[in-house]
Parts: sequence; C-alpha cells; structure tokens
Amino acid sequence: MSNPRYWRENPSRYNLIGRRCENCKGVFFPPREICPKCRRKSLGKMKAYKLTGKGKVYSFTIVHDPMPDFTLMKPYIMAMIEMEEGVRLTGQIVDCEPEKISIGMHVEATLRKLGQEGGSGIIRYGYKFRPV
Amino acid sequence: MRDVAIIGVGDTKFGELWEHSIRDIGMQAGLSAVIDANIAGEQIEALYIGNMAAGSLIDQEHLGALVSDYSGLSALHIPAVRIEAAGASGGMALREGYIAVASGMHDIVMVAGAEKMTDVTDEEIPTVQMAGGDQQWEGISGATMASLFAMMARRHMHEYGTTREHIASVPVKNHKNGAMNPNAQYQKGITMDTVLKSPMVADPLGVFDCAPISDGAAAVILAPLDIAKKYSEQPIKIVASAAATDTLALQHRESLTRIDSIKVASRKAFKTAGITPKEIDVAEVHDSYSIAEIISIEDLGFFEKGKGGPATLEGMTEINGVVSVNTSGGLKARGDPMGATGVAQAVEIARQLRGKGEKRQVDNAEYGLSLNMGGTGGTSVVHIYRRL
Amino acid sequence: MMFGHNGKDVGIVTYGAYIPRFRILPEEIARVWGEDGQAMKSGLMIFSKSVPYPDEDVITISVEASRNALARSKIDPEDIGAVYVGSESHPYAVKPSGTIVAEAIGTSHFITVADYEFACKAGTAAVQTSMGLVSSGMVKYALAVGADTSQGAPGDALEYSASAGGAAFIIGREKVIVTINRTLSFTSDTPDFWRREGQPYPSHGGRFTGEPAYFRHVATCAKELMKVQDAKPSDYDFAVFHQPNGKFPTRVAQQLGFEKKQYETGLTTPYIGNTYSASMMIGLSAILDVAKPGQRILGVAFGSGAGSDGFDMTVTDEMASYNRAAAPTVKWFVERSELLDYGRYAKFKGKIVMKE
Repeated sequence: MSNPRYWRENPSRYNLIGRRCENCKGVFFPPREICPKCRRKSLGKMKAYKLTGKGKVYSFTIVHDPMPDFTLMKPYIMAMIEMEEGVRLTGQIVDCEPEKISIGMHVEATLRKLGQEGGSGIIRYGYKFRPV
Repeated sequence: MRDVAIIGVGDTKFGELWEHSIRDIGMQAGLSAVIDANIAGEQIEALYIGNMAAGSLIDQEHLGALVSDYSGLSALHIPAVRIEAAGASGGMALREGYIAVASGMHDIVMVAGAEKMTDVTDEEIPTVQMAGGDQQWEGISGATMASLFAMMARRHMHEYGTTREHIASVPVKNHKNGAMNPNAQYQKGITMDTVLKSPMVADPLGVFDCAPISDGAAAVILAPLDIAKKYSEQPIKIVASAAATDTLALQHRESLTRIDSIKVASRKAFKTAGITPKEIDVAEVHDSYSIAEIISIEDLGFFEKGKGGPATLEGMTEINGVVSVNTSGGLKARGDPMGATGVAQAVEIARQLRGKGEKRQVDNAEYGLSLNMGGTGGTSVVHIYRRL
Repeated sequence: MMFGHNGKDVGIVTYGAYIPRFRILPEEIARVWGEDGQAMKSGLMIFSKSVPYPDEDVITISVEASRNALARSKIDPEDIGAVYVGSESHPYAVKPSGTIVAEAIGTSHFITVADYEFACKAGTAAVQTSMGLVSSGMVKYALAVGADTSQGAPGDALEYSASAGGAAFIIGREKVIVTINRTLSFTSDTPDFWRREGQPYPSHGGRFTGEPAYFRHVATCAKELMKVQDAKPSDYDFAVFHQPNGKFPTRVAQQLGFEKKQYETGLTTPYIGNTYSASMMIGLSAILDVAKPGQRILGVAFGSGAGSDGFDMTVTDEMASYNRAAAPTVKWFVERSELLDYGRYAKFKGKIVMKE
C-alpha cells in the first residue's frame, strides 16, 4: 500500500475523527461527505466529529486464519464495537484473552500498529480496542 | 422488454485445475454452452464475463478481450466486457446479458464466469477475498471475510438461539448434494462431526463452514424467448432479474442477522415473476460461509427470520424438501471460483428445470431461483427461472 | 560552565505511564539457555520483565503514556509547543516517532518535534530540553517522553532485563504538580554499552558497565546536585535512580546514604525489567502516584555512553486537586500481567526468522 493512501486517513485512524451530519445529527465513521439519510440536504454540513472511543462489543469472532500482517497475533479477537455515539466499528480487541470476550463487554479505543510494508517500508498505526 | 431464455449451458469441473489457465477454462465452459445451444460462434453478438479478481490473482485485467480471443471469436470483433461485483460478478454478468437481450440491443449473447484462484499461494487468498468487503476500513483492521461472517453467525446465535449444529447442517447437506454432482470440487459426504471438529477459521466458523479455493468457469447462452425454440428443445425462461446493493462495510449495517440487499432484490424479483417464495422448487444460494445460507433462506422468504437454522437441520432444504437448496453442492461442495459462481448457479438451475439433474434431480421442478452475493451482501443478484 | 538549571517555577504539570501486560520470568529465559535462573534472579534482582505485544512499539507506548498524562489534566493539546520522544528503540532509524505521537494526542501542527537518543537517559534529556523551552517562554507546554522496547541479544545477560514501557511528562509553569528545583547533568565519554547503526542487538562491556559507568555517573551527579542544593539524603522523602536491574539502584542508593523507605517506592525494575529510557521516569511516576504536597524527590537517570541527569523536585499543593485517578497507576500496570513462555516471547519480540 502506498503511503499517501494511508496517510490521508491518519486523523481518523489515530483519533477516531468521523463526521456528524448537522442536518440529522447522525454520526458516521469513517468520514463520508454525504449523509445517507439526508443526502443533498447534508452537502457542506458533514462536520468533523471526534468519537469518544468508548463502546460495547456488539459481536465478535476469534480469527485463526488471518491476513499476513496479523500472523504473529493469531488467534486474535475481531469485534464489531457499538460506540457511544451509536456508530459501529470493526476492530481488533487486544489485552483480552479470547475466552474472556463477550457481547456487551465495555471497551475503549487504543492506538496500535496495524501493519507494515515489510521490514523496510512504512508502519501503519491505527485504532484497536481493549477492555475497560 | 423482451422475454429472455437460456438456450445453452456449460461448465468445467470445479476444483484445483493445475493444468489449466483461465484462458483454457473460459474457453471450455463457453464452448460447451455453445454446443449445448446448437449455435455457431458467429451468432454470438456480445460476451459478458463475470470475474472478481483476475487483476490481483493473475495480474490480468481485460478479460472480455481475453476470453473472446481464446474462444476463437477474435476475428468476429464482438463487444466483450468483464463485469465485477466481488462474489456477485457472475450473477451481475448474467443480469447484464439479460438486459442486453431483453432490451433488444442484442439477440444472442454469451455470459460466462471464470476465476483462477490456485495460481497464487493460499496465504494470499484472504486478502483477495477481503477486497470484496471494505478493505480500507475493515480489512486493514484485521478483518477477514470469514471473520465478518463469523460475527454475523455470532449475532444470529445471540438473537435467535441458532446453534452450532444448525449452522453445521448447511455444509453437511451441501456435501451430500455435491457428492451427486460430477463437476463438483468435493464429491464426498461429510458428517456433522466433521464440521464441528474442523479446525477453526474464525470462531464459530471452521474450515468446513467456508467455501474452498477453486478454479472453474461456467457459461450460458441467452436468446430472446421467441426464437429460443429454434435452438433448444428445452429453453429456460428467465422470469425475473433483480439486483440490489447495501453498505460495503459490515460495520455500517443496521443488523448483522439480515442482508437487506437480498431482501430488496428478491422482493423485486418475486414481484416481477408474479410468484411467492413458496412456488420456488429449487434454489441455488450463496453459501460462501455456512451462516450465509441460513440468512439467505430467511431473507429470500423461504423461512421466517431465525428459523433458517432449524429448517436446515430438519432437512427442509434437502433435495425434495420444502425447497431444494444448493442441489449442485453449493459454493461449499461444488466449489467457489468467485466470478464463476453466479453463472454456475444459473447452469445448475437450468439443468434442474430441464430435468437433467441426474442423481440430484428435484422432482417436477418448475420454478428455480439463484441468489449470488458479493462480500457480506454489498451486492445481491436474484434471478428467477421457469421451465416452459 | 556547568550545565544546570534553577527551575524556579518550572515543573511537571502532568504525567502518565504505560507498561505492556506481558511478562517473562528469568527462570524461563534461563531454562532455554541452560543457565541458573535462581542465580540470575537474585544476582540481578529481577523477578519478571515486561514484553510488548507484536503490535506495540515505542510509538504506541509513547502515545499511551502521553494520553494518560493528558487524561489527568485539563491541558489543551493545542497548547503543547514541543514534543520530544527519547528512546533507543525508535521504530524508524529515520523518521521521527514524535510526529506520530504529536498527531495522535492532537497537538497543533505549529510545534517543534524531535526524537532523542542517549541510551537510557534520552527521556530525561527530553525533560531538560522541555524545561529550557518552557522557562525561556518559547513554549507554554512541552511533552517529554521516555519509552523503549529494548533489545537484548538472545542468550545475552541483557535478555533477562531488557523490557518495554514508557512515561510521559508535560513540562510547564502553570499548575505544576511537581516543581523541578534544579536539574544537573554529569557526562563523560565512557563506552560501557552501545549499539552500532544497523545492528539488531546492543553490545556491552560486561562488568565495565558497573563502577566506571553506572556508579560513577549516578553517584557523582547525585552528590553534586545535593551539594549545589545544599541538601542531604535525609532531606528527601523519595529517591529514584536509573534501574538497569534491581541491584544497581539499590546499591547506589545505599552508597549515597538513602534508606529503603526512600527508594523502594520508585524501584519498579524488579517486576517489569529495565525499560531503558523510561526506567527512572516510570520509577518517578510510581512515586508521583502516592506523593503528597511538600514532599521532596531526588531523581537521577543514567544513560550509557555515558551520562546522568539529576533532578531535585518538590511536590506542590496542586497535587491535592490534581486528578491522579484519571489514568492507571504504575502499580496497576505492574500488577496486571500475563506470563509468556520463551516461545511466545521470541515470537512477540521478532526473534524468530520468518518467511518474507
């Protein structure tokens, strides 16, 4: 993956900056420029909005057959997190044993390495979650 | 709009076709469909190729020209185009072919689906599969396609009390059917125990809950219904073609136990066909992961929401059950060469409606349905077919 | 002219620490290399050491520590004018850790950033730089981080101690919870420990790392600082020293005339290992977790190569209203632990040669 493709998303990856539609107050992550509910009425009204990073596990799985960037961590927990703002995020849960995870568990966002372009390329950082 | 019929079908064996390239299998499937349709190559006016990932799998784009060329049609200079909608590429190609004939733009067209997956190592496949989901916002975070379906399964278990056995009954049934399909990748029955004890891929889904890595191609020839009889003794009418999309990322879905693109596409298709789900005798649905078949048979309207698991375990979707689902073996046992799958589903339904289902033939099948899905349901394509 | 600073009203405005949750025991390392684990344990006074998860590095640890520091205060990250990250295990040889840390804590882009390296005292060098910038009025707040995911060659004595952790201090003049009364450094060219460019593991001079390096620099710095401040060991409530193992800081504390009750609070290495650039700073954080207004602290860091940074500090009345509970204590980090066997440890630390 080229650096610019990742770099342009740093604010969202590092600090969970999404968008809020000023028309319907709906919160979206990752950022999008058109609200799917308000469509044209939302143009120019999708403002940057920082999520608190706190949420609850909505669903989860233990991944045993990962993509190459995650080989060292298998088996690892992937989860769908329902954030306080109502929006859901797919992310890895760290600092938690696979047998301890459950639907409804409270988690918070943390910053971890997501992957790297081999040993000489750029390292990608972004949000993961951990139990509170 | 004109009525459209399938006048010929063809496919290759699905599986690990080490000796064959995408050129070989595309040609083989196309040629057998042409022979089945009793047409000459010169009569094909356009070619639609369903293919998901040749660019990342074999560094080859431009499959329209490639398949046309290696099918011996280069001197005819017909229009040919590749259609991509992840796992729904084949179904979308069928729909594009259908639209071309129905509109009157073309008379006879070929729709083919082809994918060559074994030319890359197994480690590369999850990345390719995940490209059918939201790679940038879910894949980068560590989500594999299997993990997304696993989260749907977990939610289905949580909300409806679906059990691991309910889910495992899908691959058991599909392997039983695949054992009767000479072109299937796996022609061997499996037990519930095999599924339950298979190595985990993404908990609760194990290896036997996931469709395999496959090579394969399938093709159909479409023609206007009014001239179909000229070529085929048993043309199969396509009575409805509908497609729908939904959010690319699973994280944006309102529910993880419902696939809205299936609901919307199938509702439209049933309306166009003027029938209800009860009238479908045989259906090919997109069991890329076992849980997907359970959600599909619910959202297609065959069973109530939450009842797909028990229905499968009780045999209601077996051949000659309430509705015969995935008589070919489905993606799990027939194999899932991604872009070929949607077309292979049409081939199986046509065979069933013609009474050519051999050992897996559904009794007196009149109406058939295919559901081809991309990713976790970002795209769904539903076709309804009728025996004439 | 001697380097030093009469801090006046400059000090620590807020602090935060972070220690990964995985641990390995010396017995387990010794089992693999055919050594005497009990002897290693008592010789080094290290009972376990922290290990980072494969997705943790100096940058993620620095971000965690910095976010913990911010959580305890009302500082607007946009008021931070400088970010310095001190480490000897920066993920990049070229490309600063600090820019990622700055973005991740939400500073403005109009800041100065640099990565520091001075073996185990890069973090305190960052603190000193921050003091200079703050007291000169160049910045309102400066963030100084010490963090490491230190390397010890497999089978080397360092493997028993090299661990991972970080601490972040925000230096300012307003609402300081700890006034830095004075800082003073003692530095010489002493090649006790080093890592050449491109080498994965550091080398060291064995017993040469002791008397001429650690003890000479720490003791000289501490004595000179106390002399300049006209203070004696009994004037301090707490003392914390760089802790490459449990033994060195204990011995130097005793040689200087400190008692156990003064140095035990800040002695964390026996449980988490040597966190290198974070070592003294995590020890100081452990003290700040319990310190009361008016208490006085002596802190002396040491970096091989070699030098010591000493700090004479006093806890202010601000500590009473400071929201310490808004982030986990060092004790909490020390107590949460998940044991690894050597195989998983080797995998986590990238010591296994993997296929490209």
